[in-house]
Amino acid sequence: MNPFHYTRASDVSDAIRQIAADPAAKFIAGGTNLIDLMKYDVEHPARLIDISHLPLRSVEETSGGGLRIGALVPNSDLAYHPLIEQRYPLIASAILSGASQQLRNMASTGGNLVQRTRCFYFYDAVTPCNKRQPGSGCSAISGINRINAILGTSEACIATHPSDLCVALAALEAIVHVVGPAGARAIAFSNFHRLPGNTPQRDTNLEPNEIITAIELPPKGFRANYSYLKIRDRLSYAFALVSVAAALELDGDTIREARLAVGGVAHKPWRVAAAEAALRGQRADAGAFAQAADLVLRGAKGYGHNNFKIGLARRAIVRTLSQAARGTPQSQSVKKIR
Amino acid sequence: MAQADTAEAIGTTVTAPQKIPVTLTVNGARVELAIAPWTTLLDALRDRLDLTGTKKGCDHGQCGACTVLVDGRRINSCLTLAVMKEGAEVTTVEGLATDGTLHPLQQAFIDHDAFQCGYCTSGQICSAAGLIAEGKAKTADEIRELMSGNICRCGAYPNSVAAIQQAMERS
Repeated sequence: MNPFHYTRASDVSDAIRQIAADPAAKFIAGGTNLIDLMKYDVEHPARLIDISHLPLRSVEETSGGGLRIGALVPNSDLAYHPLIEQRYPLIASAILSGASQQLRNMASTGGNLVQRTRCFYFYDAVTPCNKRQPGSGCSAISGINRINAILGTSEACIATHPSDLCVALAALEAIVHVVGPAGARAIAFSNFHRLPGNTPQRDTNLEPNEIITAIELPPKGFRANYSYLKIRDRLSYAFALVSVAAALELDGDTIREARLAVGGVAHKPWRVAAAEAALRGQRADAGAFAQAADLVLRGAKGYGHNNFKIGLARRAIVRTLSQAARGTPQSQSVKKIR
Repeated sequence: MAQADTAEAIGTTVTAPQKIPVTLTVNGARVELAIAPWTTLLDALRDRLDLTGTKKGCDHGQCGACTVLVDGRRINSCLTLAVMKEGAEVTTVEGLATDGTLHPLQQAFIDHDAFQCGYCTSGQICSAAGLIAEGKAKTADEIRELMSGNICRCGAYPNSVAAIQQAMERS
């Protein structure tokens, strides 16, 4: 780890002032990703601004019937929060499918959104990587790309976003509240993470001098018909090869509303409006789910080692929608997939 | 204190290690340290306080050997900067026994032969202490899942699950 200066921010305004004054600085909250990347010499900030003590730890109901989650609420506290368990079990399930309890105790809600890819080459500081060193090339495209993306890729980058929570937040159409020198703004979740394009070094549309203050959940939590299914190389404590967040609103057997987001396949949680639209008004059965899966995966492309993800994602989408429709969400402790 | 350098011109590089005073309560005893900001809690415990029960396994948050309790919650000390834990209460494996009596988890790990080489054991036991305090695990499946952040290279998992069940029943 490189030597760095360390300062504490006294409040949100102070945090913004400090980061504006030092472009080589980074915020640190839980530190679970940043410290790791510093140990691998992928990140080497000249200064860390500690925001972990800022008063952004509350979970509050909004006047519109939703929930506002402070950016510093630890992942474990969020997963076990009564309002999340009761009204947004998809969020709880997604969180508990990821990392370990130690890491969830440390990691913040806001930090989860800005965690960086787990692409092997991004982590391996001696290989070319456009995300780590713009213009150096992408080692994954012709390398070991089993874990890499099949959708929304570019010639510059085929990295995936590693979060589970974000897949659920995308499905529920969360809103990211941020504050910067110009004041506060709200970013729709679908517009928070970016596709790599020619600028894979930018993961999100958060500006470097902005800070996430809260994540807002809209009123609809789909608590009756949801599931989060995560497929990985071991049963626990591994990043997703493919994960699916599905949420349905049913009228008998008929789908009134559908939400579907896929993780492990792209640079951001992958949602396709046409797939969700195609489910509306349909009978909740395997035929409709397969059609939706085809729409989600339209244009999917493998890079060799990850070709299997296309078929895996297709089956995982159908299975997760089936679990949601049955009202039998995937357990994150009993691993049998039904 | 931490902002002593703010008069320094922006854009200059770090020139000298800058030590920062930190006060922690470790296993019930108050300790004051002056440490470089890049010192992890793990290194502070092992190298500065000679508490070598906490192990450095992967040093990347993947194995759990470095697990300690901070303010009663289990965390990976290898991914924690000591300077960020100003004022915190830290419990390591050395702080679990009371008055010469083993903690119920320590006794249970012996009773169930829940280790071979022992390198992961202090992390396993601290993690299990956090697990029991959380109160979320009721079944063996839930124990396995919520202990998945602690890797045992020897594969003593069936026995460590049994040991944790015993300690849960007696706590």
